[in-house]
Amino acid sequence: MNWVVNNLGLIWSLTLDHVALAVPPIILGFLISIPIGWVANRFHASRGVLLTISGLLYTVPSLPLFIALPAILGTGILDPINVVVGLTIYAVALMVRSVADALAAVDAGVRQAATAMGYSAWQRFWRVEFPLAGPVLLAGLRVVSVSTVSLVSIGSVVGVSSLGYLFLNGLQRNIIEEVASGIVATLVIAVVFDLLLVLAGRVLLPWAKADPTARRARRKTVETAIAGPSAGGSAVDDPAVSDPSMAGR
Amino acid sequence: MIEFRTVTKKFPDGTVAVDELSLVIPARQTTVLVGSSGSGKTTILRMINRMVEKTSGDIEIDGEDIYALNPVKLRRSIGYVMQNSGLLPHRKVIDNVTTVPVLNGVKKAQAREAALTLLDTVGLDRSLAERYPSQLSGGQQQRVGVARGLAADPNILLMDEPFGAVDPIVRSELQQELIRIQRDLGKTIVFVTHDIDEAFLLGDQVVLLEKGGRIAQQGTPAEILSRPTSDFVATFIGADRGRRALRVEVVNGRNVVVDEDGRPTGVLQS
Ligand SMILES: Nc1ncnc2c1ncn2[C@@H]1O[C@H](COP(=O)(O)OP(=O)(O)OP(=O)(O)O)[C@@H](O)[C@H]1O
Ligand SMILES: [Mg+2]
Repeated sequence: MNWVVNNLGLIWSLTLDHVALAVPPIILGFLISIPIGWVANRFHASRGVLLTISGLLYTVPSLPLFIALPAILGTGILDPINVVVGLTIYAVALMVRSVADALAAVDAGVRQAATAMGYSAWQRFWRVEFPLAGPVLLAGLRVVSVSTVSLVSIGSVVGVSSLGYLFLNGLQRNIIEEVASGIVATLVIAVVFDLLLVLAGRVLLPWAKADPTARRARRKTVETAIAGPSAGGSAVDDPAVSDPSMAGR
Repeated sequence: MIEFRTVTKKFPDGTVAVDELSLVIPARQTTVLVGSSGSGKTTILRMINRMVEKTSGDIEIDGEDIYALNPVKLRRSIGYVMQNSGLLPHRKVIDNVTTVPVLNGVKKAQAREAALTLLDTVGLDRSLAERYPSQLSGGQQQRVGVARGLAADPNILLMDEPFGAVDPIVRSELQQELIRIQRDLGKTIVFVTHDIDEAFLLGDQVVLLEKGGRIAQQGTPAEILSRPTSDFVATFIGADRGRRALRVEVVNGRNVVVDEDGRPTGVLQS
């Protein structure tokens, strides 16, 4: 505990660095995924191609990517931009599928009703389809948020300051407390981000709580988001997912 | 008045859903399109507001070619009510009803005021205004759908099996409600159903459709009942099974109307 108490200032400033590196990729990844996911969902032919490419992007190992990016972008090797760009790529890789799935899950009847009422295509997207995709988008965003927060640490290996420094330094100097404090602080950030996202969902999507179909769609996407890119994880054991009403999917 | 002149709709997959349809839908009356599943009713209805684009022929509203109009503007001037209400699940009842007026540029407060009055019109309690659609019963949702269709005060109201998904008692209530509303408002209503009883109940004019949107017979309910022009029509309206064949029997000196099984259904008034 001594180490932690003596180094609170360091932990705090690394936490701030960590947050500063994690937030832009989450936001950028979300924004960039919207048009790509829209195209993937809109045109049948593009769906498979775009989803496969984005899925493959996620499998690019992060360390080589962080090292290669300065050469590609012409940035300095220690420039935090490299980490932001790299993590944005992963965020897009995860999020494109969520956006495509979220838009595909919007009820066709509702879309037709919106057209019948006289929404233009643009208005219909932003005022009807996008908001209705909200619960599924939020589920995808939560996965992206956790993934990004944990990946930021790898930036420390290439010298970009984050909580990853505490693992590296702690391991080298054999200070268990330092390693543990890095892990705990990362977890805390991930949890706080997740809470903020859930809170934002409550505020922005007040209708979703009342709507059972929205809840079902959301659960399904969390499952595919988790089971999809990251080595086929077994979300099936999750009691929320193996709900009998979803049997025979 | 809505006029179809030799209108054909062929979908990209080659299905000819509507084949050279010519039809006049008179203004300020209820015209019911009735026919079995796949006969092209929805396609005909959706060609009126250009949700489905015609392949050939002419469609006019009050003598004006609807293809000379902007489709989005056209749709905002025509009410549309569909099965399963098609309400926007993320917007409260009141906001669903005000959707079209607000799209048309009416001030929000003013549109809300009008929408509350409309809830009265369709027999919904104003206390439901702040609920989300999923918090209503199927019948209530359908009423909101009707209110929304009427909100911009359109001349034309298109209704695609609006009461198809509710139980018989609620359906009957909604039908009576629609008859009352139509008596007050006198809209040009085009109503789609596959229920011939509903067609006869609501229609000033009934258009019986066969596959490909071909008109099997067209006329008032009385005309069709009294003189079905083909076996298809006779079968469809149930005349062949004697379902429509009522007889008069004299009981206790009064003329009692009985159905094909001899069950009394009413008394003739002289
Ligand atoms: N988008 C489409 N693409 C291809 N074929 C279609 C499309 N929409 C409808 N059809 C076909 O056109 C025909 C008429 O369909 P339509 O939906 O107008 O029938 P309907 O009379 O409304 O039937 P229902 O009572 O089942 O609603 C059907 O054979 C249908 O399969
Ligand atoms: Mg139909």
